[in-house]
Amino acid sequence: MLALLARRLALGVLTILVTSVLIFAGTEVLPGDVATAILGRSATPESIESIRKAMGLHDPAPVRYVRWLTNFLQGDLGTSLANGRPIAQQIASRLGNTLFLASVAAAIAVPLSIILGVMAAIRANGLFDRAISVATLVAISFPEFFIAYVLIIIVAVNLGWFPSLASISPVMDLGDRLYVVALPALTLVMVVLAHMMRMTRASVIGVMSSPYIEMAVLKGLPGWRVVVQHALPNALAPIINVVALNLAYLIVGIIVVEVVFVYPGMGQLMVDAVAKRDVPVVQACGLIFAGTYVGLNMIADILAIFSNPRLRRPR
Amino acid sequence: MRLFGQRLSVAATIGLVIIVVNILAAVLAPVVAPYGEADIIGDVWDAPETSQTVFGLDNLGRDMFSRLLYGARTTITIALITTLLSFTIGCVFGFAAAVAGGWLDMLLSRIVDALMAIPTLIFALLVLSVLGTSIPVLIGTIAVLDSTRVFRLSRAVAMNIVPLEYVEAARLRGEGLAWVMRREVLPNALPPLIAEFGLRFCFTFLFIAALSFLGLGIQPPFADWGGMVRDNAQAISFGGIAPLIPAAAIAILTIGVNLVVDWILSIHAARRA
Amino acid sequence: MPQDGPEAMEQNIILTIRDLQILARIEGQQDAAKPIVDGVSLELRRGEVLGLIGESGAGKSTIGLAALGYTRPGCVISGGSIVFDGVDLARLPVEEIRKFRGSRVAYIAQSAAASFNPARKLYDQVGEAPVRHGLMSWSEAKARSTELFRELDLPNPDTFGERYPHEVSGGQLQRAMAAMAMSCRPEILVLDEPTTALDVTTQIEVLASLKKLIREHHTAGLYITHDLAVVAQIADRIMVLRHGKMVEEGPAGDILHRPQQEYTRMLVSVRAAETSAPLPPPRHRAAGTPVLALDHVSASYRSLVKVINDVSLTIARGETVAVVGESGSGKSTLARVICGLLPPESGTIAFTGEPLPKALRQRSRDQLRRIQMVYQMPDVALNPRQTIGEILGRPVSFYFGSSGSDVRARVKELLEMVDLPADFAKRRPGELSGGQKQRVSIARAIAAKPELMICDEVTSALDPLVADGILKLLQQIQDEMGLSYLFITHDLGVVRRVSDRVAVMLRGALVAEGPLAKVFSPPYHPYTELLLSSVPEMRLDWLEEVLARRAEIPRVAALSA
Repeated sequence: MLALLARRLALGVLTILVTSVLIFAGTEVLPGDVATAILGRSATPESIESIRKAMGLHDPAPVRYVRWLTNFLQGDLGTSLANGRPIAQQIASRLGNTLFLASVAAAIAVPLSIILGVMAAIRANGLFDRAISVATLVAISFPEFFIAYVLIIIVAVNLGWFPSLASISPVMDLGDRLYVVALPALTLVMVVLAHMMRMTRASVIGVMSSPYIEMAVLKGLPGWRVVVQHALPNALAPIINVVALNLAYLIVGIIVVEVVFVYPGMGQLMVDAVAKRDVPVVQACGLIFAGTYVGLNMIADILAIFSNPRLRRPR
Repeated sequence: MRLFGQRLSVAATIGLVIIVVNILAAVLAPVVAPYGEADIIGDVWDAPETSQTVFGLDNLGRDMFSRLLYGARTTITIALITTLLSFTIGCVFGFAAAVAGGWLDMLLSRIVDALMAIPTLIFALLVLSVLGTSIPVLIGTIAVLDSTRVFRLSRAVAMNIVPLEYVEAARLRGEGLAWVMRREVLPNALPPLIAEFGLRFCFTFLFIAALSFLGLGIQPPFADWGGMVRDNAQAISFGGIAPLIPAAAIAILTIGVNLVVDWILSIHAARRA
Repeated sequence: MPQDGPEAMEQNIILTIRDLQILARIEGQQDAAKPIVDGVSLELRRGEVLGLIGESGAGKSTIGLAALGYTRPGCVISGGSIVFDGVDLARLPVEEIRKFRGSRVAYIAQSAAASFNPARKLYDQVGEAPVRHGLMSWSEAKARSTELFRELDLPNPDTFGERYPHEVSGGQLQRAMAAMAMSCRPEILVLDEPTTALDVTTQIEVLASLKKLIREHHTAGLYITHDLAVVAQIADRIMVLRHGKMVEEGPAGDILHRPQQEYTRMLVSVRAAETSAPLPPPRHRAAGTPVLALDHVSASYRSLVKVINDVSLTIARGETVAVVGESGSGKSTLARVICGLLPPESGTIAFTGEPLPKALRQRSRDQLRRIQMVYQMPDVALNPRQTIGEILGRPVSFYFGSSGSDVRARVKELLEMVDLPADFAKRRPGELSGGQKQRVSIARAIAAKPELMICDEVTSALDPLVADGILKLLQQIQDEMGLSYLFITHDLGVVRRVSDRVAVMLRGALVAEGPLAKVFSPPYHPYTELLLSSVPEMRLDWLEEVLARRAEIPRVAALSA
């Protein structure tokens, strides 16, 4: 099993490296370089040349890649083209905000969706299951901003329970922070919940049709015990994967949600940077998002290895 | 009503009606729309009653309903072209990898793994930041990124069919690769692939809408649903529901496609049982 | 304590099923249902084993599960009663039935590999029922499991339960399932094809263990199987079922030796032929160049493990050669090597005297045409999206360049040859029964006018009577066309019926080869003897005889391990 774990870890590191190469190469292979991007239409050949020199753009690509990556790992994310400030400084507080919002959403969505998904699967095709499956089908069809605006109109504008703008600041205490992120978090929960529930349901139903489940029923075990002790241990690996996959949805969803609620997070920073074509910022944000995503998938796979005796104790 | 020799469920019929209505709206937009795409006909966010229109006016005083029809044209066409492109790329490579196996399969699978290691939106934002936003870039980027998922599915579906004995029988007969793919593998892979086409369309459609909403997708003067949500977002602070109208249009079409997809998957599952 | 008299007999009855009717929902049609068990009645006394026998679709498993008050999803008990110890399980709420399941009525399934939860240790699963029914503590249950493991001759009974299902062999897992069923000392054991998935040499051991267990614990049993000879070893009475109805019922000896119904007589005679029919006299072997000659052929997957080891074999024109072996012996791989799907590492294959290229791709269309293959599973051997006409027409046009009406005429002729009506050409495989599909597979093979036909377990997925028809058809085709057959099979009954020559395979190598009468009569190769003596025979005391004989020569039994 150790070999298996080591292999998975190595694969994770390799994937992050490949990802970083892709992110770096994306800006290399494609036409136009940073210097022209900075100067835009006002560029003269001389000014472009001087910026290129200053930024070391004449070095071969692999050299610049290694420099970019080592700097990145040391916390130097480069400077923004738009305002000339160090990127690390801009990202620091925003990363915290984004992680806070994502964690609040995940903390509600993950347990809730697993419980609801398992409940739907136990009584597959029952009334609860059918209601759930219609509701989730509708929910996965909603774009994030639709859910967000509906929530704003109902909860913020008409009921006035929560603010429609999520302006968070470092001086707030936890209660205030939670109050402020209530609506964006709720939006994210609804987006992720539907996906996660459908997938959890499907994987539990897959397991529930196995002969060993029938065997457990024929041993005279009560329904809940059959599910908890016989179905869940085997559904664990797929459910872990479902969770990891949906945390990826969360990453995508968070960008839109931050824009809707004008929440000062990484997503908004990245969208702004794309609009301004501020490539170094996009690269830095992209690598952080992608790294988180790859890391989550790796953790999911490792947990799945631990949950499966065939992998844990190969013959 | 019947489709593929199966009775349509109520849900699937609703889905189909939604899809047909949307397609008609897209095709007939210039004929049906009371006003032009960019015609300013009154006050900003004028209500339906005062402006004598179906959904009122938008943030520049244009007719919301007309723009919705034109938006259907732009948004659906681009999403459809993108999906077709990603499907062609994904299926051809996916089938080839499954049937040929060996190094080709290894190579393609590793490339796809690498592309899929990065969330699609992040990747798309990277490309757009470098290339700038234009419709060809949008279509190309999303099609390539999305084709990775089509590749995975079509490869998996084909992998389940290739070891079956009727395929082996054809190979033992001496049939060529093309014949095996076209006559033995493809017909049996169709139901899951059709369902996947619907899902990929939904994904692309929502994805483009999200990008447009972020201001990075389809650019003015074209009316498109995601952009319309963005343009009218400010109305919310005055208690207006203007951004909800295009957002609801997006939601309804997606629901329609999903209903049909669900039905296709369920008859496929029943047939296999 | 002998209990005679009608009253004592009455008291002894533990399970009474009366007019049982079970309906199954028809897929795709709402509120439509067809009976899968139709008015079956039976009685089971304490300590007695009743064999339920029948072909697929006879409803025997459904009856077995009904004895636990259980029906599979989509099925419902629509009439009759299932009285266990004075309580009608058909009328009891599920919560009440649960108290009986596992504790007083227990179930052993066909596939232990699928019936054990892969995520939990054997102890947890074997001891679960007594603990959950409140009969024992975990430590008592563990001791009980160990005791049962020992009784069932499982290796290292003290630590056996610490393993996960994937860590033990198929035969061991099947016995562990018996332990799981016996853990609560149930009064009735339902055994649903418990040895069918096993190799013959393993089957006999598991069968012996089960019989010992049932006898020693004085448990009543419902033994479900399609194999009359197996049930004869363990059942006191036998009930024959067909299409959900009872055909006849009686003491095991009567059913075996004096069947009353025509259907039972057919089942008995087909099964008896497998072990007791006299070996056919050797046919004249055609002289001249053999159709196929394998010379010192070895093959392996990814050059790791040798799956075919130095095999030499010849097949003469018009001759039937059977390659027989247990699962994992490499017999199916041998077929793949001959077809070119797995190129051999060394050795040569010659076809009608000319060397045959090793890989499929290097063979000419005509070389491919002359070797045809018929598969085990008719369900996956035919493309479900093509009509029978397309399936049969393709080789005709592909190999002979025929077109249009010529193809249609040939398809009609082919269907006739396999005794199928001409209008089948318009149907798709899904509309055909298993036996009909297998006939289409055969027709597809002979459409190429081959000289050698490889038959890979062609009858093992079919019911005995259907299989019998297929074997007769193959014989008839051989007589007409004079082609050679290579039969790949684990079924010694098939070998005995069809083959001129036999090759016995063990771990990738041939251990015996020669004319049927020579290989299958003494002096045997020890492994051949083990195989032959493991096939259940239609005698009530066969199992005891074999076990007694094996006890004398432990050397032979050791070979199977």
